[in-house]
Amino acid sequence: MQGDFGSGRVQKAPESFLDQKGIKTVFEEAKKGRRDFIRNAFAAAAAGVAVPAAIAQGNPVPSEGGDVNILKLPEHSTNLGQGVASDGGYGKPSKFEGNVQRRQSPGLTQTTQASVSFAPLQSLFGIVTPSGLHFERHHQGWWDIDPSKHRLMINGMVNASKVFTLDEIMRLPSVSRFHFIECGANTAVDWGNVAVPTVQYTHGMLSCSEFTGVPLITLLELAGADLKNGKFVLAEGADGSSMTRTIPMSLILSGEVFVAYGQNGEMLRPEQGYPLRLIVPGVQGVSWVKYLRRIKVGDMPFATKDEAVHYIDLLPGGQHRQYTSIQECKSVVTTPSGGQVLLDKGFYNITGLAWSGRGKVKKVDVSVDGGRNWRTARIEQPVMSKALTRFNLDWVWDGKPAIIQSRATDETGFVQPTYQQLRSVRGTRSIYHNNAIQSWLVQESGEVKNVQVS
Amino acid sequence: MFRFPKTAIACMLLALCSTSFAQGATNFPGVGRDATPKEVAAWDIDVRPDFKGLPPGSGTVAKGQDIWEAKCAQCHGFFGESGEVFSPLIGGVTQDDIKSGNVANLRTTTFPGRTTFMKVATLSTVWDFINRAMPWNAPKSLSTDDVYAVTAFMLNLSGIVPDDFTLSDKNIREVQNRMPNRNGMTTEHSLWPGKEFRGVSKPDTHNVACMKDCAPEPKVASMLPDFARNAHGNLAEQNRLVGAQHGADTTRPERKVGAPIEPVTNVPASSPKTEADTKQPTALMQKYICTTCHAVDRKIVGPAFMDVAKKYPGQVDYITKKIQSGGSGIWGPVPMPAQKLTEAEARTIATWIAGGAGK
Repeated sequence: MQGDFGSGRVQKAPESFLDQKGIKTVFEEAKKGRRDFIRNAFAAAAAGVAVPAAIAQGNPVPSEGGDVNILKLPEHSTNLGQGVASDGGYGKPSKFEGNVQRRQSPGLTQTTQASVSFAPLQSLFGIVTPSGLHFERHHQGWWDIDPSKHRLMINGMVNASKVFTLDEIMRLPSVSRFHFIECGANTAVDWGNVAVPTVQYTHGMLSCSEFTGVPLITLLELAGADLKNGKFVLAEGADGSSMTRTIPMSLILSGEVFVAYGQNGEMLRPEQGYPLRLIVPGVQGVSWVKYLRRIKVGDMPFATKDEAVHYIDLLPGGQHRQYTSIQECKSVVTTPSGGQVLLDKGFYNITGLAWSGRGKVKKVDVSVDGGRNWRTARIEQPVMSKALTRFNLDWVWDGKPAIIQSRATDETGFVQPTYQQLRSVRGTRSIYHNNAIQSWLVQESGEVKNVQVS
Repeated sequence: MFRFPKTAIACMLLALCSTSFAQGATNFPGVGRDATPKEVAAWDIDVRPDFKGLPPGSGTVAKGQDIWEAKCAQCHGFFGESGEVFSPLIGGVTQDDIKSGNVANLRTTTFPGRTTFMKVATLSTVWDFINRAMPWNAPKSLSTDDVYAVTAFMLNLSGIVPDDFTLSDKNIREVQNRMPNRNGMTTEHSLWPGKEFRGVSKPDTHNVACMKDCAPEPKVASMLPDFARNAHGNLAEQNRLVGAQHGADTTRPERKVGAPIEPVTNVPASSPKTEADTKQPTALMQKYICTTCHAVDRKIVGPAFMDVAKKYPGQVDYITKKIQSGGSGIWGPVPMPAQKLTEAEARTIATWIAGGAGK
């Protein structure tokens, strides 16, 4: 990989050679927009200092002949620890994991009730999202609903409208399945250009859980639904927004769609629709209606607000694609990723997530030269349909700039597109369903930046 | 296990469905009961594009304007034009659009933003959503006639109906034929997970998994400007303390090549929210959506908290009362409705504001 990647902005971070006063001056000038001043200041500073050629060993032997963390036994090795159930009966992550949080993107929304929090993909392992880190999207605030008072109604084109309690739903034969959920607007901010720094903000409206519940077809059968003429089903929530979306009957007949109460071994979290949410594998999150209170069978789509005003994809000619639902094959490298710093040259494990709303992930390729050459990554087990799939690839960083990308192929043969390919058919104003290949620039300083390449 | 979904599919294939599904209820004795007509009526509120489900009623533009100014303008602006809190509702459509059924501004990249009435093709959507979800902090509180009136007012603001119009279940279909973007939707795409629309099944992008010498030398075409380095907060605090990569300290300039990573000494402890936390003014202001209309240091719909603090320094009682009773005319034309919170809660917020609205 040669060159400076064309932008002239990939600097060798000479900022660090400026003293405190110099840095302050530079930042003040930067606020005034004087880029030439900054460049000259850096050049002058860099000229006076020799860049250390050899990169330090990450864990050098200290002069005292050993690591103090080894030589001096710590408190936890020489004292009595804590007792069982001392955490109030529900365990929490280590206090050292406080940085691993779901977060709002600053300035994205004016309220917290109609907003999003993004999952910290850069810090997660494997394919399961811890329930407390699952991304959130609320349209009119979340609730913690008393499950003994929650009801599910089935009506519309049915022999008899039905009402179910949670007790009754939980008596029915259940299934447990791993599925990803991705907001249709995931990665939306980067449709036109780079807008956010980290994978949490570019791809964090993505999570994966083991959900437990009852296939919707079972409940429709109990109501004697007209499965032939009732080609569309409305799912409705019990919250203030009474979220509604149209689901195709053909997908329900496949047995994939289910009504879930369980998530990762416990009940759904309130932010995820406790006590009942619809699971629509492969389909964008907005259709996974939370606080599910009603299912209606009909013979035409319902054109609800979130399928007639939002979650519609604008094309360059001025038409909107309506009822776009499938999350097409997509992948992203989660480490190294934007906002991180590589500690040193040498070995790294490139790791990331791949998924497809049309089935299983078949292959993931990784490039470290911005898409010129690719190597096939190791796919980790289990590989499940419409679930996140973890991939890994060995990489030795030589300290030179590198652009890391991943490209997934699903079992239908569909290959994740580049930004150029996506924009050539959909323009840059679609908002939804951006599944383009993501690029992370590893700079010589070790700092990783979110970039798009031409 | 009595029946699996696969059985259902097999049954479909054998075309036995209607008889088979009719007796479904006997499969799980004791589970579920018939809903009463009263129960169905209470929840069956959806209105479809063909207006099935629309209850009879009517409302005038004038009445809609009164309701709008009392209950909607705080967030959406007097003319539905405000983008301060939510995306704008009104604007960007022309009489030509009403004739053609395609909004011309959607074809240009020069028109700023996309309003609801530029996008929505189906009038039922507007009626249904106002009925089920508005006003934002008191959903489902409008009467049927109120929903007709508010819908009529929005149609009037968009130039679709005249000032003296009365919208009703009798004439709503005619109005549908004047919706500016009624011809603006297509289902010809491969992103619907069924065959119901007879849409295309082939995806619209066609990448191939090339492995060697694929693209030309890549150039960085887009990255965040330097001034945005810390715009999402310190990224060092958004990464685990240990690992192959640490987070970049974005409060400081970029690290030099090969420099050792400095240990992070500030360990943020993950502390669960306590009762005391939820009583904090900021938590209360989020809970009662004060922050929808007010910010600390700038005017949104309502005045900045700091400006209120300057005008009424130390006047806790006065501010408490204003929060509870609402008011109008002091800070601008948009009235603040009375807020549903306890006096103690209002006082907590008022004390914070009267003290200068600091952090």
